[in-house]
Amino acid sequence: MFSKILIANRGEIACRVIHTARKMGVKTVAVYSDADARALHVSMADEAVHIGGSPVAESYLRGDVIIAAAKATGAQAIHPGYGFLSENPGFVDQVTQAGLVFIGPSADSIRAMGLKDAAKRLMEKAGVPVVPGYHGEAQEIVILATKAREIGYPVLIKARAGGGGKGMRRVDHPDDFADALSGARREAKAAFGDDRVLVEKYVDKPRHIEVQVFGDNFGNAVHLFERDCSAQRRHQKVIEEAPAPGMTAELRAAMTEAAVKAAKAIGYSGAGTIEFIVDASDGLKPDRFWFMEMNTRLQVEHPVTEMVTGIDLVEWQLRVAAGEELPLAQDGIGLDGHAFEARLYAEDPAKGFLPAIGTLHHLSFPAEAAPGTEIRIETGVRQGDAISPFYDPMIAKVVTHGPDRASALEALADAVSRTEVAGSTTNAAFLAALARDADFASGDVDTGLIGRKQDELTTMAAPGSRAIALAALAATGATASEASDDPWSGLTGYAHFNPLARRATLSFGGVDIVAHITARPDGRFDVRPDGGEAFVLAAGAANAGATVAAWPGHVTVFENGRSFDFTISDPFARAAEIGEGTSSMRAPMPGLVKLVRAAKGDKVTKGQPLLVLEAMKMEHTITATHDGVISEIATEGSQVTDGTVLVRFED
Amino acid sequence: MPTLHSQLSPSSESFKANAARLRTLVADISEKATTVERGGSEEARKRHASRGKLLPRERLAQLLDAGSPFLEVGQFAAWGLYGGDIASAGVIAGVGRVEGTEVMVVVNDATVKGGTYYPLTVKKHLRAQEIALQNNLPCIYLVDSGGANLPNQDEVFPDRDHFGRIFFNQANMSAAGIPQIACVMGSCTAGGAYVPAMSDETVMVRNQATIFLAGPPLVKAATGEDVSAEELGGADLHTRVSGVADHYAVDDEHALAIVRRIVKNLNRKKDIGLVLKKSIPPVHAPEEVYGVIPADLRQPYDVREVIARTVDGSEFDEFKQNYGTTLVTGFAHIHGMPVGIIANNGVLFSESALKGAHFIELCCQRKIPLVFLQNITGFMVGAKYEAGGIAKDGAKLVTAVATAQVPKVTIIIGGSFGAGNYGMCGRAYSPRFLWMWPNARISVMGGEQAATVLAMVKREGIERKGGSWSKEEEAEFRAPILEKYEREGHPLYSSARLWDDGIIDPAKTREVLALSLSAALNAPVADTKFGVFRM
Repeated sequence: MFSKILIANRGEIACRVIHTARKMGVKTVAVYSDADARALHVSMADEAVHIGGSPVAESYLRGDVIIAAAKATGAQAIHPGYGFLSENPGFVDQVTQAGLVFIGPSADSIRAMGLKDAAKRLMEKAGVPVVPGYHGEAQEIVILATKAREIGYPVLIKARAGGGGKGMRRVDHPDDFADALSGARREAKAAFGDDRVLVEKYVDKPRHIEVQVFGDNFGNAVHLFERDCSAQRRHQKVIEEAPAPGMTAELRAAMTEAAVKAAKAIGYSGAGTIEFIVDASDGLKPDRFWFMEMNTRLQVEHPVTEMVTGIDLVEWQLRVAAGEELPLAQDGIGLDGHAFEARLYAEDPAKGFLPAIGTLHHLSFPAEAAPGTEIRIETGVRQGDAISPFYDPMIAKVVTHGPDRASALEALADAVSRTEVAGSTTNAAFLAALARDADFASGDVDTGLIGRKQDELTTMAAPGSRAIALAALAATGATASEASDDPWSGLTGYAHFNPLARRATLSFGGVDIVAHITARPDGRFDVRPDGGEAFVLAAGAANAGATVAAWPGHVTVFENGRSFDFTISDPFARAAEIGEGTSSMRAPMPGLVKLVRAAKGDKVTKGQPLLVLEAMKMEHTITATHDGVISEIATEGSQVTDGTVLVRFED
Repeated sequence: MPTLHSQLSPSSESFKANAARLRTLVADISEKATTVERGGSEEARKRHASRGKLLPRERLAQLLDAGSPFLEVGQFAAWGLYGGDIASAGVIAGVGRVEGTEVMVVVNDATVKGGTYYPLTVKKHLRAQEIALQNNLPCIYLVDSGGANLPNQDEVFPDRDHFGRIFFNQANMSAAGIPQIACVMGSCTAGGAYVPAMSDETVMVRNQATIFLAGPPLVKAATGEDVSAEELGGADLHTRVSGVADHYAVDDEHALAIVRRIVKNLNRKKDIGLVLKKSIPPVHAPEEVYGVIPADLRQPYDVREVIARTVDGSEFDEFKQNYGTTLVTGFAHIHGMPVGIIANNGVLFSESALKGAHFIELCCQRKIPLVFLQNITGFMVGAKYEAGGIAKDGAKLVTAVATAQVPKVTIIIGGSFGAGNYGMCGRAYSPRFLWMWPNARISVMGGEQAATVLAMVKREGIERKGGSWSKEEEAEFRAPILEKYEREGHPLYSSARLWDDGIIDPAKTREVLALSLSAALNAPVADTKFGVFRM
């Protein structure tokens, strides 16, 4: 076994690898960018090496710097985690050439699976079923249309270089083929600089089921059963589970056999995942699954497999990379109960899942699960850490296990509901809604489920009157009374006759709320929102079923599994704003000024687009907040940070 | 410690009748408190708010820590005076907590005659400063005042305890290390301009606050210069150019937030040099005090019934229990703070006075604060007592009370008549705080005695001239005297003139004492040097 490894990654996966390495007595070296100098993985590792600037191209993608860091610290192997350099065969070659071990498959295996159509041909040869389709070089419309007819409508046109749903078109009728093709080509060209496409059978009720495989350097390969990742939002996995709901013995046998065959076909070593598309329109049938692609790395969702097999996949990765044989043969690997994983992200489901950033002023995960179930939290952040714009805005993976699907799912819904994050918008409510969705609960999941129910799942509940009252109380800065016998602490709200009423002003979703608050002799407060129900509440955390987190300019109330973020007026911030003498608009998040549509001196009207800010891989149009004349506007191409003034208006 | 056992039955008729009567008195005062807390007329308040300004009590509430007690001082100042509508003398004052620090807050009420200073406004402002000085409390002045009330200038400007004394106090408190903070939220003219100018740190609200020695009309008259109030003395000018103020606030909320930040940076620590115990509530409920107090001021009752409903655990270690029994003395705790209690249980005899003086010596020696529960008709009269030297024994008590340097807090729970007022630490003896119950009466002697003495003099005069005076005529003569003493002895009459710091709900006596004592303990307890005791 290695005595020291370097982890060429960050966040939760780096922490995950460190956990297992530590358990095995292997020392760890973390690498970090500028933005991650104080990150959790850095503090957890035995050593840490700074590898460059915050953008990934300057740090986590700098294979040369990472290899140098490994050499300098005496690490013998590099664990790539997922993403970044994990499926980069060039990097694997460099690692090997440097005399280090890459904890993962060979460069050849990665190359073999890297190009989708080549991989499919390889699988076809190995006898693994692939989606009927045309993956040839010819791109003439006549040939593609003919192939489409042979495959049978509906078909899917996909970018060969693609991913993420870009350059993808569903075609239901031959008449629409030409238009769809040109649309797909245009998008493919824009997204990947390559307008070549392929045509595949369109699966009507597709499920995404993948099989975890493991190989070693002695020609052994086993599977660790399947995972179902059908709960997707625009090809982003949201909740994963193992085993797949409704899985039959026949289909499982067929799929796992095909997966092991695929792994063996390329002499695969290490952890890998074979993704299949399954047509669930007529139940799960052993002849209705097709190979999609192979991921030659540890998957984000690997914990669900670990929970149902009891196997530590990272440990296996280390053992195999260190030249050991697989610890277990196929018949030694069993399936126990059911597991779920939900991906908690800093993103705003109500705004099309716009990625969010922010400082996690309050972060609390549930510690205890219901009897018979387990909760496991995989995270790379702590309270007080920031979700930066440079990386994937994942906060945590909430993993649960139970004896059956229903109990595991209940545990998941419960765990997500009890997870408290303040400081950034999150998808927690969306995850909880999905976990409680009747279709999802019944196991009737396909990749289109979330899309069909998106509105329902992302509808944000309005805060109840008690949540409003709790927020109003927190907005006054009232804290739990200190344990002091000093009457000035203890005799709360004393007045000879009528206690003073403090006013709290706050807003939720743009609606202003005013509440009047008086302290009671028992230390609690009477909170009377204008036009709302009055409550008697304790300051701090002592109200049943609710937690309140105050952070600069905000109060977040967690109540009954929901969170509500209220904005409170900070007189100093307001004064700073006014002090500038002009009204201004600030960047909502760090990004690049992509396009400027107005100039100094322009008279603009409220709602008029002024510039486009590219941030978090999305384009945000900044529109005028009011009518006025522009006195200053950001220049095109400039990099701005959160709060930078983009536009100033004349007085 | 022995626990006091109540001899009263809350279910008795007299208890119920007493309770009903005292509750009525409290309700009456409470209603009047609600009236004065509104401040000026509705129209004036509307006009004030329409300028984006918070009302004085709103300013106070936003300034204090959420949940802070507010020990208001002089709530009924000017009650029934100057035409009757100068609520709280146009200024709110009291002790509250800001950023965990006890401070004295003085808030001008511009909705009451523009916040101008009537004679009692000056007196109240000075009283607030006196409390701050004695108890080492930082002062926060929320200024919004037109300055001296011109029609009353002869009673507010020239004398020692008039307007100028405010600034004398500011300078001397600042010198003593007691922070002076001004927040100008409205006008602050002429002499008033020295409040911010004499402060350690000053905040001004833009477009609202003005500070100048002479306003635009006066300037125009004097020099012909045409200048707006904002140009002449606005926040911008004073924070950027003149340096008269230090902090520029955009509105009331911002200004108050700045004041809070100033207090946070004061670097003060409350250091109570007494042995504190854990606070426990009295065994006997404080509300029961309503049933303890007889309707007739002259009807005796055991003051231990009041003590039992005031002190921690109703525990009271009595001193000299069997000697001079008309004065009850002993040690107890209030909210964990040790106190020496001196309470009247009848007319003062020589022995009672000696006992009181002895007990004060003990408390001063041990640095234990004194609480006076005052219900006294006076010292015993008569040849036997004069011959027994009651005057010199009374003088011993007065000497002890006057020179004791431990914090003293007085509550007038019943009568406060004659020399008894002196011996029991009346206003002239500078208790740190002096509070009154709604049933209390204060005058040089009881109305009955006064009427009797005056009638006797009158009768002698008439009869010396050979005339006669019928019982009816005498009753007619006595009636206005009784009425005058009743009116002038009333707590509202006293409070209106700031003879006391306020009228309190008897059931809240424990809270008021606790807050008063704890506030007082912000100042170190000084050593006492007694004067000559006439032996």
